[in-house]
Amino acid sequence: MASYATTDHHDDHDHKPTGFFERWFMSTNHKDIGTLYLVFSLVMFLIGGAMALVIRAELFQPGLQLVHPDFFNSMTTVHALVMIFGAVMPAFVGLANWMIPMMVGAPDMALPRMNNWSFWIMPFAFALLLSTLFMDGGAPAGGWTLYPPLSIQGGNNVAFVIFAVHMMGISSIMGAINIIATILNMRAPGMDLLKMPVFVWTWLITAFLLIAVMPVLAGAVTMLLTDKFFGTSFFSAAGGGDPVMFQHIFWFFGHPEVYIMILPAFGIVSEIIPTFSRKPLFGYQAMVYATASIAFLSFIVWAHHMFTVGMPLGGQLFFMYATMLIAVPTGVKVFNWVATMWRGSMTFETPMLFAVGFVILFTIGGFSGLMLAIVPADFQYHDTYFVVAHFHYVLVTGAIFSIMAAVYYWLPKWTGRMYNETLGKWHFWLSTITVNVLFFPQHFLGLAGMPRRIPDYNPAFADFNMISSVGGFAFGITQLLFVWILIDCCWLKRGAKATQGVWESAKGLEWTLPSPAPYHSFTTPPKIDDRMLAHGDVTH
Amino acid sequence: MTRAKFALGLALAALSTAAMAAPERWQLNMTPGVTATSQDVFQLHMLILWICVVIGIVVFGAMFYAMFKFRKSKGAVAATWSHNTTAEIIWTVIPVLILLGMAWPATKTLVRMADTGDAAMTVKITGYQWKWRYEYLGEDVNFMSSLSRAADEARQLGSGIDPSTVDNYLLDVDRPLVIPTNTKVRFVITADDVIHAWWVPALGWKQDAIPGFINEAWTEVNEPGVYRGQCAELCGKDHGFMPIVVIAKPKAEFDAWLAEQKAANAPATDAVAQAPSAP
Repeated sequence: MASYATTDHHDDHDHKPTGFFERWFMSTNHKDIGTLYLVFSLVMFLIGGAMALVIRAELFQPGLQLVHPDFFNSMTTVHALVMIFGAVMPAFVGLANWMIPMMVGAPDMALPRMNNWSFWIMPFAFALLLSTLFMDGGAPAGGWTLYPPLSIQGGNNVAFVIFAVHMMGISSIMGAINIIATILNMRAPGMDLLKMPVFVWTWLITAFLLIAVMPVLAGAVTMLLTDKFFGTSFFSAAGGGDPVMFQHIFWFFGHPEVYIMILPAFGIVSEIIPTFSRKPLFGYQAMVYATASIAFLSFIVWAHHMFTVGMPLGGQLFFMYATMLIAVPTGVKVFNWVATMWRGSMTFETPMLFAVGFVILFTIGGFSGLMLAIVPADFQYHDTYFVVAHFHYVLVTGAIFSIMAAVYYWLPKWTGRMYNETLGKWHFWLSTITVNVLFFPQHFLGLAGMPRRIPDYNPAFADFNMISSVGGFAFGITQLLFVWILIDCCWLKRGAKATQGVWESAKGLEWTLPSPAPYHSFTTPPKIDDRMLAHGDVTH
Repeated sequence: MTRAKFALGLALAALSTAAMAAPERWQLNMTPGVTATSQDVFQLHMLILWICVVIGIVVFGAMFYAMFKFRKSKGAVAATWSHNTTAEIIWTVIPVLILLGMAWPATKTLVRMADTGDAAMTVKITGYQWKWRYEYLGEDVNFMSSLSRAADEARQLGSGIDPSTVDNYLLDVDRPLVIPTNTKVRFVITADDVIHAWWVPALGWKQDAIPGFINEAWTEVNEPGVYRGQCAELCGKDHGFMPIVVIAKPKAEFDAWLAEQKAANAPATDAVAQAPSAP
């Protein structure tokens, strides 16, 4: 079976390669590569967070105190690129690497060498991107959406950011191929598709989204590159092109990208809530079909990001209706999580706190998303802080909260040690309070008329900006507590030894492995008993 | 405490004021604006907001009830069911009906906003890095409009000037756009360099200004007044520093203003066009 292929250069199955370079740079092991992805993601989260703090520091009060407007624009641009492509996406790929082989009963990922390559592209891609900060002319400052003609007004940084995006895209596509190959080919006998954990399902669908849209982004930025350096006019009206065409192509990538960053999050909370409710997930099949529906709809709603570009009425109506439809499968998911909790027997360890926080705060982001779908109202909301509040609710309290929930949930399985539960709870409560102080007032700012991406503002906006900045710094400092909890658990190993099951009622194959999980997860396919699966009995 | 109460009071005042020309401190909500369109948009916004609030109360209410009631520490024993077809059909169908209820008024408003016909006059708006040009089509009046001198001085890094001492900081221009009240004014909007977006919240919409393309929009302001807005699409270094000011005057006053502009037109236009832009 496939297990032979993955172990061909390890003489001894149970021993890790010796030597730092061989272990981490040449690794083909899904756990080591998963760890690399997660550590990389954490580093990027801190770098992107530092940029966010530059933004919030400048916006602390009206007037320019700290940075020039150009640098401010670079901060908003690079903050977004780093957080999206450097923090959120690699974190989910890291979780997929760690968990999918363990969840489907496989020894490793299907394509281990490609796995190594897809990770090791990332540090180079971000070195390219971040190097622009130190160049003459500075980092890209045209927004992460890279809209022309503004984006190609930049200097050499245009080439750097485009090549960085190409490399990130190659990495994502290889990661996605690997995940699909693993899920479709490496499942243990008896692990039928409709018995797979929801996290595996959401990642399978996400991987197809990645393969579908990353080449579209690559095409869009390549056209930018030739417009800038080779005299083409894809996006220049003066040469017969169309700047709005870039926006259409970009958002044909960009909207599925939004779901790439949230579907795995749905999977994570669908694992955690049943465990701590001690009750099976409500409506497993509905969850799978809702995920697939959201993925399908994500391809036909892209123009809702650009209602103000002057689309024909028919186009606006189509994209409004299609966007509103997404509320239905998303609503099904939220109702199913609530129904899972209903009549359960709940405890609130840190992963559950983050999962519950996710459901509530992501839903708030969903509500503002529904408001943004309504075209006439969007004419007012578009490009204001209302939008900034919306996407930070779905990305920070959505995607990032789910990643934190996942780390607390599986950390004992990864390290064999419990994390510090008291500090974990502090981390949750401080994060939840400060993140709301940070982002909730931004709704008010947007509704009162403050545009996005401005370094300075009328004093009427001063009060809520100050509150938001205070929340931002508090949220940022709180994340250092998270770093400490990880050091405490992974490095200092001060926590109690974790049991095999870790959580009282956790179900799924990963909990049948010892803690910490062995280096090669399942060297022989496990014999699957439906009772140890979370969704073994789908008719139930 | 008193500060919080003061803020709340101001916020409530902000919610109840009919027309607001510029943002106010502690403003919590969109304003209804000064056109029939902006009022429709405001009502639509409030409708969806309240629908979301009600759904939120129901869903979060159920969640919090569950979290307090079905705790292991209170001796709750977990049920084993994981499926209920009736419930699932209900919570799929009801959202669809709610969405239909939202889509209907949204469509009506949108169709009305898209109708730029029967306008009494047309103003061409062109976005530049980082100012606006207004051109009264067929009237031979056109001029540039850029950030007021006082704000431009105060907004420089380390200027030492407190922005709160500058009137309408970043929301004031040297030459505002003047339009007549109770008149349907059509705008044709484009840009010269990069994409900008023309937005005055009190009018109820924003529209991108795209180089090489012409977008249309319209307004009919009912109340005379001064209405302020800003560029809403990132357009480079001074994106935050190209405000928009619209003065709506009764028809007779507007006609007088326009005649005055025509009389003084050629030299005045040149002078403004050659004025140095912000460094």
